[in-house]
Amino acid sequence: MADSETPLAVHEPELRHHFDDSAQQFESSVLGMWVFLVTEVLFFGGMFGAYTVYRNLYPEAFASTSHFMNVTIGAINTAVLIFSSFTMVLSVRSAQLGQKKALIIFLILTLILGCVFLGFKYVEYHEKWVDHHVPGPGFRYEDTRYVHQAQILFFLYFAMTGMHAIHMIVGAGLLTALIVMAARNRFSAAWYTPVEMIGLYWHFVDVVWIFLFPLLYLIGHTK
Amino acid sequence: MNHHVISVKVYAAVFAALLALTLTTVAVSKLELGEFNFIVAITIAVIKATLVILFFMDVRHATSLTKLFVGAGLFWLAILLVFLLSDYFSRGWLPGPGWV
Amino acid sequence: MSTTLPFAATQAQPNYLNVDYGWKSWLFTTDHKRIALLYLFSITAFFFVGGMFAVGMRMNLLTPQGLFDHDTYNKLFTMHGIIMVFFFLVPSIPATLGNFLVPIMIGARDLAFPRINLISWYLYIIGGLVALGAVVQGGVDTGWTFYAPFSSTYSNTHVLITAIGVFISGFSSILTGLNFIVTVHKMRAPGMTWNRLPLFVWGHYATSLIQVLGTPVVAITLVLLALERFFHAGIFDPNVGGDPVLFQHLFWFYSHPAVYIMILPGMAVISEIVTCFSRKAIFGYSFVAISSIAIAVLGFLVWGHHLFVAGQSMYASIAFSFLSFVVAIPSAIKVFNWTATMYRGSVSYDTPMLYAFGFIGLFTIGGLTGLFLATMAIDVHVTDTYFVIAHFHYVMVGGMVMAYLGGIHFWFPKISGRMYPEGWAKFAALVVFVGFNLTFFPQFILGYQGMPRRYAHYPPEFQVLNVMSTAGASILAVGYLIPMIYLAWAWRNGPIAPQNPWRAKGLEWEQSPTPPPTFNFDRQPVVTEPAYNYSGEEEEEVELGG
Repeated sequence: MADSETPLAVHEPELRHHFDDSAQQFESSVLGMWVFLVTEVLFFGGMFGAYTVYRNLYPEAFASTSHFMNVTIGAINTAVLIFSSFTMVLSVRSAQLGQKKALIIFLILTLILGCVFLGFKYVEYHEKWVDHHVPGPGFRYEDTRYVHQAQILFFLYFAMTGMHAIHMIVGAGLLTALIVMAARNRFSAAWYTPVEMIGLYWHFVDVVWIFLFPLLYLIGHTK
Repeated sequence: MNHHVISVKVYAAVFAALLALTLTTVAVSKLELGEFNFIVAITIAVIKATLVILFFMDVRHATSLTKLFVGAGLFWLAILLVFLLSDYFSRGWLPGPGWV
Repeated sequence: MSTTLPFAATQAQPNYLNVDYGWKSWLFTTDHKRIALLYLFSITAFFFVGGMFAVGMRMNLLTPQGLFDHDTYNKLFTMHGIIMVFFFLVPSIPATLGNFLVPIMIGARDLAFPRINLISWYLYIIGGLVALGAVVQGGVDTGWTFYAPFSSTYSNTHVLITAIGVFISGFSSILTGLNFIVTVHKMRAPGMTWNRLPLFVWGHYATSLIQVLGTPVVAITLVLLALERFFHAGIFDPNVGGDPVLFQHLFWFYSHPAVYIMILPGMAVISEIVTCFSRKAIFGYSFVAISSIAIAVLGFLVWGHHLFVAGQSMYASIAFSFLSFVVAIPSAIKVFNWTATMYRGSVSYDTPMLYAFGFIGLFTIGGLTGLFLATMAIDVHVTDTYFVIAHFHYVMVGGMVMAYLGGIHFWFPKISGRMYPEGWAKFAALVVFVGFNLTFFPQFILGYQGMPRRYAHYPPEFQVLNVMSTAGASILAVGYLIPMIYLAWAWRNGPIAPQNPWRAKGLEWEQSPTPPPTFNFDRQPVVTEPAYNYSGEEEEEVELGG
């Protein structure tokens, strides 16, 4: 029968008063983060639904617009993001082993790779801007048969990749916070929960891209 | 916090597999396979996502509760997509003008 | 086992209310009980704002030619719907009674994430202020359902700001749900198995599942709507190839389950009240518990019944119609079980029980009329008429608001440490019941006779029933005002409550002082008996006051 005045609090780092022990606190964090990621699945899912509807309604327009997707940048970005997930798991592993320097290095690498991704995204978006493929009053499309439908499809492209990019930017902010915390010795082999939780978030954002890449860049060319 | 510390080798193997699958999906997308292009691309994406979820997010060693929530999230996404698309795909199945 | 403290000592004991004073101790609190009160205060304020719009609407509908022009009236019903749905009903019981009671009922010291709980309240306030900002600047006229392409392309009102306000408050809902889910899984006291969980907790758990799974979809829908307002790409505009029905699908994927967010907590409260005031364990505990989960799951499979006349395919409509019948079954199971609980129980007629009676009857009417609407052959005639309005007000107001009032009265002693005046409370309950039925029953007839909803002016033959409805609304308004007054009075001046005035079972009554201390219990509770074990302790009841 656990008493709330347990001396466990003395031995367990970062234990908050409403938890009985670190294991309960950690498991709660993991479950909480997964519940949050489930909400994100549904959040992006709505856009995947809209995309699927329009892709099926307008297959010719979809095939037409697919030629303007930069597969090279998309593929490079996919590799970059997968690499960043790799460095992220290595940083969590370093935290597990109490290796502060390795932790910081891998976190910095992950952050850099994330920024590389965003940099390529900017290049892509700029390309679209120059081509007048950004929805709005300035939109122009080469094949006049599909102007309206193309605008809808490009709208979904920007909405989906843009929402993904926003999540990357938030992730970059979180990584920065982790780097600062790690530098200030907040983490140890006994407690590194934020590193693992933000790692889960980062991998989730990677998984979203793993689906975005083929759906937006790879299919539709060949018809 | 006692968790399994996974070896760098395992992570590196998964990483290599993910890169290989990426190269594969790009290569296949250049071939003319009709409807298969979509199926192959999605299948490869599902495999990649599964690798990330099981290995990088460590769902392999997660509690049953976590696995239940992961499954529920995917199941609910399926509900959204299947029911949504069922409307669009079943339009026009009934004969006659004015029937939807 | 309950302990009684002398009255003076009860007040002198440090509890969550007197442990600290000053605005900072409230605005920066992480105590779930204080956060519940912050929500209670803000939700009540929004209820009144939403009510004011209803007053405007019912005044307008006194005469066929009305008081307002169409554009103004459109704004009135839109703002009434948006505020009542998103800023009152969705948070109502979970954020107030749920926040207060869920940790105590499971024997925990707080929710799993107390700081996220506070953030959730701030998000609610910010979202609410943004939405009120839109109101103050002239409001929105699209209907609370924001149907495209009117909302996305043609409306000249403040759609974007309102959508942002609702989006922000959606996160409040998601975080509350997330918190409850983790809390119920991870923070239960020793011996508190799933089979011993109070049905109040089961109901809130099911509600939380819906909040977490459904709200993100309306969030992305509002994002797409906001982007469309900005970029005019045409995603929902049929003139340029967009599909307005897609908006409806995405919107209702959340908004139908949302109505279950709005009723499950009410059912959860009724389960607690009925068992206590029948002094009998709930009949069919497992069925009631599982029916909450069933409603949560099945509720996601029926949204197409809002699109029967929108152009949805006939086959999809048939499937959605069938599933809408199926989802009624678990609700019916609850009604049967509450009734069976009362059978051969020792029923008393305190105010919470009066509200429970009202709930059971009115929810049944509302639910059955929902089945009429689920029947496509009927729906094509009564859709978008007052029949629909009467249906959902019967379940939302006759159901949920009555449950809310019942719950507030039931747990008022626990929350405030004082008793409310029973005479006034019974009187107000009666006024609410009479006022409610006079307001909304005529609307079933109006709808059946063909009066459309969302119309500022109507043909003269509908006037008599509209006048009755407005008269009822005036009575209902009085019925809501009376508890505001006596509860506020009783908070400071009511007689001090004993620890367990209702002699109810449950950790919150038996093992937590009244009002509770900050960490809820003086010692860690251990649960050894099933829930609602009324028959087990009749012989032990020698101590007065519980």
